[in-house]
Amino acid sequence: MGMAAAESQFHVLAVDDSSLDRKLIERLLQKSSCQVTTVDSGYKALEFLGLGQGIESNDPNALSTSPQEVEVNLIITDYCMPGMTGYDLLKIVKESSAFKNIPVVIMSSENVPARISRCLEEGAEEFFLKPVRPADLNKLKPHMMKTKLKHQKLEEIEEPLNVVAAAASVEPEIKDPTEVGIKILTLQSELEPKQVHLQVVQQEEQTLSNNKRKSMEEGLSTDRSRPRFECITTAV
Amino acid sequence: MDALVAQLQMQYRNYTVSLYQQGFLDDQFTELKKLQDDASPDFVAEVLSLFFEDCVKLIGNMARALDQTGTVDFSQVGASVHQLKGSSSSVGAKRVKGLCITFKEYCEANNYEGCVRCLQQVDIEFKALQTKLQDMFNLEKQIIQAGGKVPQVDIN
Repeated sequence: MGMAAAESQFHVLAVDDSSLDRKLIERLLQKSSCQVTTVDSGYKALEFLGLGQGIESNDPNALSTSPQEVEVNLIITDYCMPGMTGYDLLKIVKESSAFKNIPVVIMSSENVPARISRCLEEGAEEFFLKPVRPADLNKLKPHMMKTKLKHQKLEEIEEPLNVVAAAASVEPEIKDPTEVGIKILTLQSELEPKQVHLQVVQQEEQTLSNNKRKSMEEGLSTDRSRPRFECITTAV
Repeated sequence: MDALVAQLQMQYRNYTVSLYQQGFLDDQFTELKKLQDDASPDFVAEVLSLFFEDCVKLIGNMARALDQTGTVDFSQVGASVHQLKGSSSSVGAKRVKGLCITFKEYCEANNYEGCVRCLQQVDIEFKALQTKLQDMFNLEKQIIQAGGKVPQVDIN
């Protein structure tokens, strides 16, 4: 990937109660050039997003970060966690007006078709079986690009001249499909910036729906005869 | 000096391959090694350290849950087994993971003897792996001290 400035790096919020798995997902995401914040529970994830204040307003340890201060481009969460499961977190995020557009990815060590389809139906973009591999993370880029470009659209409408100037000096070189979005911006410098962004967002939405279908097919083509494992919430 | 490095490197290669062949490690361990680089030079050692800490903690939980003089709460045992299975899967500890699968079945069947047997085996197995990996890391250190580089070992 390799986005240059720190401001344009994707920021992923990773949620897992296992410190080992947190370390693993953090390294995987860093290798993918993402900025990572890890938390060990759904509650801490909501606090970080700024939703925590409503739920645990009496908690003196609650983070006081306001939603606007921290931009999160993707949430990746374990399914099986004590207290609030990944599915519970997914529901809360998707039902919140402020954060429903943040893509959410679920990870699980259990291959349970009913669980997978339930998560996808609730709005999860992808469902990864653990252990997560670098190839899985490649599927995330289109989803993160969507929220990233929306933010960039707001910034760049204010400064259209910068886009034109950049296009004049950049040599278009498409290395992989996920960078197409950025390249279109530089190639079509003659168009109004607003038109360019609309086209890019449409492209990303097309890729997004393709990926979603693919992951559903992958998720459902599993062995249905295996016994279902109910997520055991550990008593802490 | 070069002859020593070459000899150590060969020893290291053979040892690593044997760990995979004997089923101690699977391809997830290979993935862990790929994640180690100059930015994160001790990544594998750090992750394994977390794994062995998990083993000690979770096996302790299982032992306590199985040591009830009254009725054993098999779901409590199973919860710890589930976590250990996850951790072992994440690091590529193949034998430990395999044992956890069997262990989980005994928990679900409320089979006390089966659980106790699995607990003993999982304890032996994680300690055996710990020793093997320590030997592997020691070989890496020796190679570096002799002025050589630790080779990337291709399994298969």
